[in-house]
Formats: sequence, C-alpha cells, structure tokens
Amino acid sequence: MTLAHDAGRRRFLRVFGTATGALVVGLPALAWTPDELLGQDLVRLNAYVRIEPDGTTVIGARDPEVGQGIRTAEARIIAEELDADWARVVVAPLDLGVANSGGEPHWTYGHQMASGSTSVPAAWNDLRAVGATARELLVRAAASRWQVRPDSLRTARGMVIAADGRELAYGELAEAASKVKPAANPPQPKIASQYTLVGRDVGDADAADIVTGRQRFAIDEWLGDALVAVVVRCPYPGGKLAHLDDAAALHIKGVEKVMTVPAPDPARALGTQQLAAGVAVLATDTWAALQAAARLEIRWDRGARAAQDDQVLAGIAGTLLAGEPTKAVRSDGDFANAARHAPHRFEAEYRIATIAHAELEPPNALVKVDGQQALLVAPLQNPRAAFETLQRLTGLPPDRIRVELPRAGGGFGRFLETDYVAEAVMLAKAAGKPIKLTWTRADAFANDTYRPFSVHKLQACADRKRKPTGWTHRIASTSRLAGREPRERWWLSEMHPDDLPAGLVDNLQYGWYALDSALPRGSYRASSHGANAFATECFIDEVAYGLKQDALEFRLALLGEARKLAYRGHGGPVLDTGRLKWVLQLAADAIGWDKRHTHGHGFGLACHFTFGGYVAHAVELSMQGRQLVIHNVVCAADLGRVVNPLGARAALVGATLDAFSTALRQRITLKDDRVVQRGFRDYPLATMAQMPHDVQVVLVPSEENPTGAFDMGFPSAAPALANAIFAGTTVRVHQMPIWPELMRLL
Amino acid sequence: MPAIPPSPPTDIVPQPIRGGIDVSINGKHFRHTGDPAMPLLWYLRDILRLTGCKYGCDDRSCGACSVLVDGKLGRACGLAMRDLAGKQVTTIEGLAGTDGGLHPLQQAWIAEDAILCGYCQPGQIMAAADLLARQPNPGDADIDGIANLCRCGSYPRIRRAILRAAKTMRSGAQ
Repeated sequence: MTLAHDAGRRRFLRVFGTATGALVVGLPALAWTPDELLGQDLVRLNAYVRIEPDGTTVIGARDPEVGQGIRTAEARIIAEELDADWARVVVAPLDLGVANSGGEPHWTYGHQMASGSTSVPAAWNDLRAVGATARELLVRAAASRWQVRPDSLRTARGMVIAADGRELAYGELAEAASKVKPAANPPQPKIASQYTLVGRDVGDADAADIVTGRQRFAIDEWLGDALVAVVVRCPYPGGKLAHLDDAAALHIKGVEKVMTVPAPDPARALGTQQLAAGVAVLATDTWAALQAAARLEIRWDRGARAAQDDQVLAGIAGTLLAGEPTKAVRSDGDFANAARHAPHRFEAEYRIATIAHAELEPPNALVKVDGQQALLVAPLQNPRAAFETLQRLTGLPPDRIRVELPRAGGGFGRFLETDYVAEAVMLAKAAGKPIKLTWTRADAFANDTYRPFSVHKLQACADRKRKPTGWTHRIASTSRLAGREPRERWWLSEMHPDDLPAGLVDNLQYGWYALDSALPRGSYRASSHGANAFATECFIDEVAYGLKQDALEFRLALLGEARKLAYRGHGGPVLDTGRLKWVLQLAADAIGWDKRHTHGHGFGLACHFTFGGYVAHAVELSMQGRQLVIHNVVCAADLGRVVNPLGARAALVGATLDAFSTALRQRITLKDDRVVQRGFRDYPLATMAQMPHDVQVVLVPSEENPTGAFDMGFPSAAPALANAIFAGTTVRVHQMPIWPELMRLL
Repeated sequence: MPAIPPSPPTDIVPQPIRGGIDVSINGKHFRHTGDPAMPLLWYLRDILRLTGCKYGCDDRSCGACSVLVDGKLGRACGLAMRDLAGKQVTTIEGLAGTDGGLHPLQQAWIAEDAILCGYCQPGQIMAAADLLARQPNPGDADIDGIANLCRCGSYPRIRRAILRAAKTMRSGAQ
C-alpha cells in the first residue's frame, strides 16, 4: 500500500496565541474554534502543540492507538524537534481532523490511520516540522526579550538558553512566541547527533491511566440517555430474517425496543456497511439487552451461497492449482526448462487456515445523531472510512460530524472496517436516541472479516552445485479484496511480485488463483505476508535440507551479494538484500546457531521483508513428551531509525508471540454453514504458560528513515517456529495451525 | 415569629428499601436492587460506571474482568450479584492506596512498560495481586498459573513486572 503524502500541508501550519497566553502550533481549522471554548479542555485539543504559561506542553497525537505505541512515538518526534521537557509533556489524542470544503470533507491532520505500520514513517515526514516551528518561535521570542541574535541561543529540556547561561522556560515565552510571525519555510529538522529523545527508551504515554483503570476505551464511554444495543446477527453469509417473535424479549425489564437491521446491500462494498442482517435489542443496560437478545425467537433464511469450510476450499484449490492462474504475477526465465534439466527437484504444499482477529476489545460504537450533528466514539483504525460511513448514512455536512479516536483494545485489522459503525448509526437514527452498540465475544467470532484461507504450491530446482535455479510459488486464496474491488485487482492483496526469492533465482514464476468464499474477509496483521512468508521460508528450509545445506548458509548464499532489488509494493521502492542478510546473521549468532548440534534441541530460522522492515527470527525448542517447550527466541530487526526502542521491542516481542499463538492453534471452522467458534474456549489464544518467557530482540542501529514496527515482527516468526519443530522432531508441518497437524504426525 | 407550617398532607410513608443486595466495592457500600442474576461485570460497568473492569468474554475465559472478592481472584463476568451479598469487591480502581499512591504492581507495570494495547492489563494486574497475596515470592511456574489472556503478547513484560513488584513488596514487608 502506498499512501500519498500530503506534502503541501506544511505550508498550512498555523501559529497563534490564546487568551490564557498559550502558544499553539496547529492548523487553520483552529481559526474558527473560539479559544474560550478550547480553554484548558485537553480532550478537545485541536492542535499538535500547545504550550501553556505554566510550561505544560500538550502534544496532540493524530493516529489511532491500537497498541502499537504510536501516540508515544509521535509525541516523541514532535517533542524532540521542540526540545521539550518530556516530564512536562501531556500526550492527548486528536479527533479526526476534518473541515468542510464545499460539502466534501477536507482532511486537516494528514495521516490518521493504523494500517501497514505507516504512521511512524508519515509522522517522520511531516510532524518534525511542527516541533521545529514551535521551537523556532520560542527562540525568537527569547532573542527579542534578551536583545540578542537568535542563532546565539540554544534550547534544551523546555528552556531557551543564552550563550552567557541565562535561561527562559518555554512557559514564560509562550505568549510572546505566539505573536512571532513564523518564517515562510519551516526550519530544518535536527541532525541525528543532536537527538536527546528519539532513539531513547520511553514508556507508553498512557501507562499510568491503563494500570489504574482510568484509561477510557470506546467501550467505556457513555452518553446520558444512550441505550445499549445488542444485535443478534444472521450467522449465514447473505442470509436474511425469516421470522421474529420478540414478545418474550420485550418483557425483560429495561428493554425499550426491538428493531431489525437489514441485510447488507450486495451492491455496496464489504466493510462499508453492516456485515449481516440482524435483530437489535435496545435497553437501558447491557445485561438487560443480553438477556432479551437470548429470548428473541428468530429464524433465518440462508443466503444464496453457503459458507465453505477450509477443508472444502482446499479441495477446490487443489483443482484450481492444476490449471492456469487467475493472475500470472511474475514470470522470470523458463522454470519448466530449468526443472527438466535439474538434478535436484522439490515440491511442497502448504495450507493456511482461515482465522479470526480475536481483538480483545470487541467491536463497539457510541453514536449520537440528530438533524444537526453526529458524534462517533469507536475503536477505529481507519477513521476516515468511519467518517464516510457516518456522512453517507446521515447526510450531514463534514463539519457537523465529530469522530473521536479513543485508544483501542487491539485491532489487528478488524477496526479498519466500519460495519459496526454503520449498525450503530442506523440504530441511532431509527431510535432517535444515542446508541451504545456492544458486540459480544460470540458476535465477534461469528461475524468477523476473517483472514483469507490459502493453499500454496511451491516447486524448486537446483543445479549440480546445489544452487537454486528455479522456483515457482502458486497461491490459491480467498482474497480479502473480493466484494470490495473488481476481480482483476483481487490478487493485489494476496501476492507480491517482488517478494523474495524473486530477483534471486533466474527461473521464477509466481501465480495467483481466485478462490471464492462466502465468508467475509478482511485485512489482518502484516496482510498476506503472514501466510506467504510461512510457505516461502518453510520451503526454503525444505530445499536446504534436501540439498544437505545448512539452513543459514543456504539462505545467505541465496540472498547473495548485498544489493538493492526493486520492490514495487508497500515498503519499497527497494529491498536491500544486505540488510536482510545482516538481521539473519544477527539472529543466528544470538541463538547460538553454530552450537546448535550440542543441545539436542531443534533450531529454526526465517527472515522476511515486510513493509520496509527487515526481520529475522531464530527459535530453539524441544518436545518434551507431547509438550512443546520454546527455550529461546531471537528477533533481529532493521527498522531504520527507531524512534522509541522500548516501544519497538514491545511491538516485536508482541508480534512474535502473536504469531506463535496464531500459528500453533488458531483456526475458524464451519459446521452446518456457520462459524463454530464462539469464544476463547474453542479459539485458544496462547496463555502465559505456553509462551516463551522472553524474546531477545536485536535492533540494528540505522540512519535510514523509520519504517514503523507493528507488522514487521509477525511474518518470519511462525516459519522459524515450524523450521525449529522440524529440526527438533523431523516432522515437517505443512499447515497453520501447526499444533493439531503436529499431534497427528508425531 | 411565624409558626413552622405543618407538613403537607401525604399518603407517602417512607419505607426502608426492602430486598436488594448489599455489596462493598472498593470500600464503599452499595445496594443492588436490580436483577439478582446480573453479573458483577455489568453492575460495575453499567451501573457504577467503574469501567476499569473490562468486557472481553462471557465465559470467564479471558480474565479482562478480573477482580478480587474477599481478597480472592474472581471473574466479574461469571459472578452473579446474588452471590456477592456481604462480600468485599476490589476492582482495579480500588487497588491503589487511599493516599492515592500506586500499588507496587501498578508501579512495576509502568516500570516494565507492560502495556501494548492495555485492554487486558487491569485484569492482569488484579490476577497478579491475587497471586502475590497467595505467594509473595513467586517463581516462573507460579506466574504461569495466571490464565489471563493477552492478545498482543505482553506476557514477558507482565512476568517481569510481577517479579519486580513481588521484590518491592517483600522488601517493604520486612
């Protein structure tokens, strides 16, 4: 994914003062927000930086926080350029920035999205100027007070410092600085040697609120007269309501209304409307709504197409993969010819299960709509999409719609969708009251936008010197773009033409096959890299083993000389093989790859290039009876310059454990045309006892621009685990989830 | 001096509230007069608006709603109000000292930056409080007994935070 950078926005940075003497560096949208209304109300903050006379420095963070640490990282970037005193910084979430441009929304804050690890790169591009501009104004205010040249002054920890040692705190300068006219061009950002905050560890800005229970997630918000809505949704894709008896439900004390949610419109894109037909109970509290929902007597008509189990889809995929691809993704050289003459040939098939997001905060939304305005509070990864859903359903002008961005309890792609927003808006409109929509855990499993199912067929051949000369990778998958984009674009989310080993093997073919499914699919952490890296990195291991090569040496030789290959997808324009080799070497060194034969344990490696980041995993494990013990895990990562190493390590460790948990046991199954899983008892997330006590993270120091961190640690973790399982057991698992298959094969 | 006017005539006779369930939450007394089957989770979240206790599931499987009942770990989603009469409930909001100082577990969570999305952490801290009450010097196997789920993978930092808090609390107790 490539996101257009709003390069022109720097020009619109705006500086002004307030009645209370604060300096505000923000955006023109502020011009029509009267200061009396803003006051000290930090929640309604509409600017990136606000310095109060008492020195309090409020930094507005624009991107949605879903556990990736973006608000802390973003505030650190601005605070660095500002030379703020971090102890005086308050990080406040911004709402979605939108202005009315002739009835159309004009996005005023630039990047506001949690997807594809793009927030930190975007912030690095355009938020440094915010801090630098504010700093320059403060310096010039001090210069004018002291009657000295601005370039004779320096700044540190929230103070301007003169050559003779005099100091002025930012708070004392805020009012004067607000009257300084900013230069036409923003000042140059710092050079790396001047950094005092970027590159140093800092804890999550919300930590104190989280550990005390004060942190408010969307599900914790309420409006005075809001009714709780619980919706019983049709479990059959495309199905609709056949019969409803709500008499018993209406008898429950606290229940006010029972309403229906229509079936989705097949002409509208998936994710922009409700996922399923439903019956909603509106009540004064959640318990009343849940009890009433359980007493609804409902019969559903099934949709035109039944949802199919992975098992059935795998059979269809087998037939498809024997034929021509829907999309020939890449074709280099002549694989058939290379294979014909090759002394070594390999083939394998991998299967990746349909899985659910299982984000811990279930979908929910608080919506207030009247003829004049609308308010939305929900866990959102794509606030603009939520805004557009609101605007479409209410017809309100853009400046009458407010979208708040509270911290979200995970997301992993689920909150890129706006189906739950659409539900809440429809109910609020029809009920004439604010609606607090809450999905139950069972709802979240039954009506997810699941990660696509995929079958991977790989072939390879090598010459007499055991050098790979041919490679094919064919994928049949239930593309997540189906139902959203024209069929000819479906492959784009499923296979990347420049993913390795493309560019490393002379005769190489990538092909993608469209597999139809009635289950809704959506974006999932690291997108298809999660599935594709598993197949690729496990197969590389198989080939290395078949060629009697060391898995590390084989990979390093395959990557070859350090060079930059063209990479057209998200994370490009280049893929540096040297950087990938380096993280692979670091991971191998840290796990003790050279000494792996002395332990009696299984060691596995894998590496992958994801969204501009280079990550390798190394795993050491053993089977003790039928129990898997993971002794050591290393995650080596080159993510460019790291803004907050403590946050990046949290993201990499988290991604590693998430990948293990997902790869080992998670899968969605169907019975009687509907999803079976209803909770964590039949969709087991890994517990503390099942996970390694630690993951050793090796961060490569880098001067390259930051890449973000959330997705990168995910794709290579599962194949490293599977490769270690093979080394430790001689059982090669060709499936995710790994565990049931391993138990079958052992 | 004008005489105090007599009370207006009324048929309403004040009555003590009959029934209801008396429960102590974070040291304050409450009387629940609604459905006795209501889970503590929804009483805390919807009635008292104590939202630190999180909704994550309905079958006690995730632990996001962990609280202490008479000092022992409970899952608020699986505790009916009728079973809490006369009990003392402590939620994450009541863990800190009355002086406003953070509990050693809360301090340790901040020190180890055991956060990620943060949704499960109040429940994790309550589960850890239960563990340390039973086992002031926990080993890895004791910590492994905590079954609260973290979707984001903060387990290693949670483990370190528990060990750190246990150490602080042991030295404070001596």
